[in-house]
Amino acid sequence: MDLLNDLQARWFFGGLLALLVVASAIGAVLARTTRSESGQAVVRNLNARIRAWWFMAGFFGVAVVAGHGASVLLFAVMSFLALREFVTLVPTHRGDHRALFWAFFVILPANYYFVWTEWYELFSILIPVYACLWIPIRAAMAGETTDFLGRTARVQWGLLVCIYFVSYAPALLTLRIPGYEGQNAKLLCFLVCVVQMSDVLQYIWGKLFGRRKIAPRVSPSKTVEGFVGGIASAVALGAALWWITPFNPWQSALMALAICLMGFSGGLVMSAIKRDRGVKDFGAMIEGHGGMLDRIDSLCFAAPLFFHLTRYFFT
Amino acid sequence: MIATLLTSAVRLFTGARGRWPEGVFESDRPRVFFANHTSNLDFVVLWSVLPPAIRRRTRAAAARDYWMGGPVRRWLASSVFNVVLIERKQVTRANNPVRELGAVLSGGDSIIIFPEGGRYSEPDPMPFKSGLFHLAQDHPEAELIPVWIDNLNRVLPKGELLAIPFICSVTMGPPISRLPDETKDAFAERARAAVMALRTP
Repeated sequence: MDLLNDLQARWFFGGLLALLVVASAIGAVLARTTRSESGQAVVRNLNARIRAWWFMAGFFGVAVVAGHGASVLLFAVMSFLALREFVTLVPTHRGDHRALFWAFFVILPANYYFVWTEWYELFSILIPVYACLWIPIRAAMAGETTDFLGRTARVQWGLLVCIYFVSYAPALLTLRIPGYEGQNAKLLCFLVCVVQMSDVLQYIWGKLFGRRKIAPRVSPSKTVEGFVGGIASAVALGAALWWITPFNPWQSALMALAICLMGFSGGLVMSAIKRDRGVKDFGAMIEGHGGMLDRIDSLCFAAPLFFHLTRYFFT
Repeated sequence: MIATLLTSAVRLFTGARGRWPEGVFESDRPRVFFANHTSNLDFVVLWSVLPPAIRRRTRAAAARDYWMGGPVRRWLASSVFNVVLIERKQVTRANNPVRELGAVLSGGDSIIIFPEGGRYSEPDPMPFKSGLFHLAQDHPEAELIPVWIDNLNRVLPKGELLAIPFICSVTMGPPISRLPDETKDAFAERARAAVMALRTP
């Protein structure tokens, strides 16, 4: 609950609340003024997205304020939902059943347990070393050789993207940054805010000014204008948020740039998987956004890099 | 109470969603939900996605030999899920499944049946057995609703004890009915096609 007594955190959450109110107001105005059929569909989707943002910001805010344990739990649940979407979409084989059981009910809880107990040395190698060794062993023991390498790689990839990479976000809470003790929750807020606002701003810039497609085969909705405008404004936002971080404004801007570029790449990579599987979204649990994995694809890629940059340069 | 708890748990675990054509649940006629069958959890999931008012009046047909096999199963079958136990092995005139299920329909309740007559892990459902045909013949007042249950075979494949969370879906189609003069086989094939048509591409 320390976060509620932190003046900077109060400003941050106050700003977030104001942003959501403004977004909802704009959505309401657009819903009244838009006439064309296609325009109305876009506005309906926009308003569904904004409504979902209220919930997502609410969940995140409550968890972060409630503290370390609640934050870790929130990300563990997100990982669970993301991995469920992932294995539902990619073709898994009957012979992977036991290996997948390990992934969901042993590796996932263990990974977050080590984040919770701040055992960095084990957390950082549990999945890349032990799980990635164990999964093919377990699958080989099941005795099914069809598409063995492909199957193993898919499960390993699911573990890395949906569990390991995501868990770097709550792992920020475990860093010991001199002069910033007890304030790491704000660093998590910074990451999540920049990465998600980067997505939102790319969407807005793309919708308003998007002309040239940046990767037509992989992600038809991403445009050069959205990429440049969205990332530039998200970096500006990141720089403007330097006061909640241990960084100075320049460092903050560079960190935001790294977050945005990785976030964009994450969206692109996950889109490639979706196109390959012939679907638009990983799921349908968040109205207007698709599934959990659609919402956190950029976070999956941005969190590990942000963690390690911060760990290397600031601890 | 326990049923609500269990169905909620299953829904949470599998993220199962039900989809049906508009107006399917408007009439107060009894319904026969007939679905593909790949997992022991099939009827629980189908049951759990139904609107609560419909669910309370819907009973699944379940194999007597399996569900009477132990005290827990027996308790689940009778006290929790309120299934209609049907005989698979020694069918006589007195315990004919069609009669027992028909009695439920006559009482105004709905039933869930799996016309393949067993669980299979093939991609396509097996040919349907004749029970659905006889129910359709004896109970023209009942609506026959095809259902495709997707992915549950991955959650709990035959022969596995531990379930894995995959996202499942339950898709219902518009009701079908027996055409005049339609043979048993033609009807069974059409019913099977109606179920398969709901499969997500």
